[in-house]
Amino acid sequence: MHDVAKHDDSKGQYFWVWGALLVLTAIEVVLGYKQIFEPVHMLEILLVLSIIKSALIIGYFMHLKFERALMRWLLVISVVACFVIMYFFFFPDAGRILRLGVQ
Amino acid sequence: MSDAAAVQHGVPGAYEAPLFGAYSKKVGMWLFLASDSLTFGALLFAFSYNRIYTAWPSPFHVQSIINSTIMTACLLSSSLTMVMAVFAAQRGDRSWTRNWLLATMAFGTAFIVLHGMEWSKLIGEGLTLPMFPKPAHAAVGEMADISKNTPQFPATFFGLTAMHMLHVTIGVIYLGVVAFRKWFLPVLGVIWIAGYLLIPSDNVFHYGIHALGLGLVVAAIILFLKPKDYDAQDVEVSGLYWHFVDLVWMFIFPLVYLLSTKVS
Repeated sequence: MHDVAKHDDSKGQYFWVWGALLVLTAIEVVLGYKQIFEPVHMLEILLVLSIIKSALIIGYFMHLKFERALMRWLLVISVVACFVIMYFFFFPDAGRILRLGVQ
Repeated sequence: MSDAAAVQHGVPGAYEAPLFGAYSKKVGMWLFLASDSLTFGALLFAFSYNRIYTAWPSPFHVQSIINSTIMTACLLSSSLTMVMAVFAAQRGDRSWTRNWLLATMAFGTAFIVLHGMEWSKLIGEGLTLPMFPKPAHAAVGEMADISKNTPQFPATFFGLTAMHMLHVTIGVIYLGVVAFRKWFLPVLGVIWIAGYLLIPSDNVFHYGIHALGLGLVVAAIILFLKPKDYDAQDVEVSGLYWHFVDLVWMFIFPLVYLLSTKVS
């Protein structure tokens, strides 16, 4: 049998991660409600913040940071590659509709 | 983690070292989550695709933003309590494992209830889909106009958030089974029946509550097939699923709510 993942982490760091996630959420809400930036820039900023939050959740709460490098990279690269492929399938078409109009 | 003692080449019946250095249940859950992330990715891309080429409404007033922010805080806090449950399970403290799992379920239930209230409010104001029961007073107004002029908005909004709400519901049932095993089934059955009887018939959740009935049947089958005590590995694997549900919301919240905020 293989033991549940054990690593030299303390509970304290999880409270820090939780606090960081709440602070990032508060920043998102303020940015979203104040609407300081143009929509496209807002989208970029919110997406970057969301990616940082998801990295914290995956790395610490889901313990991927403490898994073997092969598992870490295989999972991350394969999922990201699928999203990149989806992006190139979806968005050029959405742009085409913008340029050519809808019948 | 990897167990070097298990690697005994040439010894009959010896385990081979696992490729990922993790036990099979964990690898299985990670593979499921990878595939499920593509489901949500496709829904988010569909939402964004529609948003690009459509005159997109901004219907979320300050009450909706406050509500969804509290929902986000509930999910983030539930992830912390889930981590505490995994710690308790690893040190063999069954009592605190159960307590932390219960706290996680409470946060998850709070999320579902708040989201249900948000849905009911939007539907009551006229943001509907053709298959939803329509309140008589919601034929006119801002939300009714959005449903009429931009049907892509309610379609993608309800599609995306319903999928996520379903995942949270499955997560709460999953944690309930891990924490309480067969004792959770009657509780789930009572919540299902009570919900069906108490929710008015013109509310969409009058029918949506049957997801609990389906969950009850699936949980009963799983408990029948594997009538064992769940260990620390099972708690950790259920935690992976729960954190994933939290993770997905970190994208839905800004993309769906914050980018459609109505500043009044």
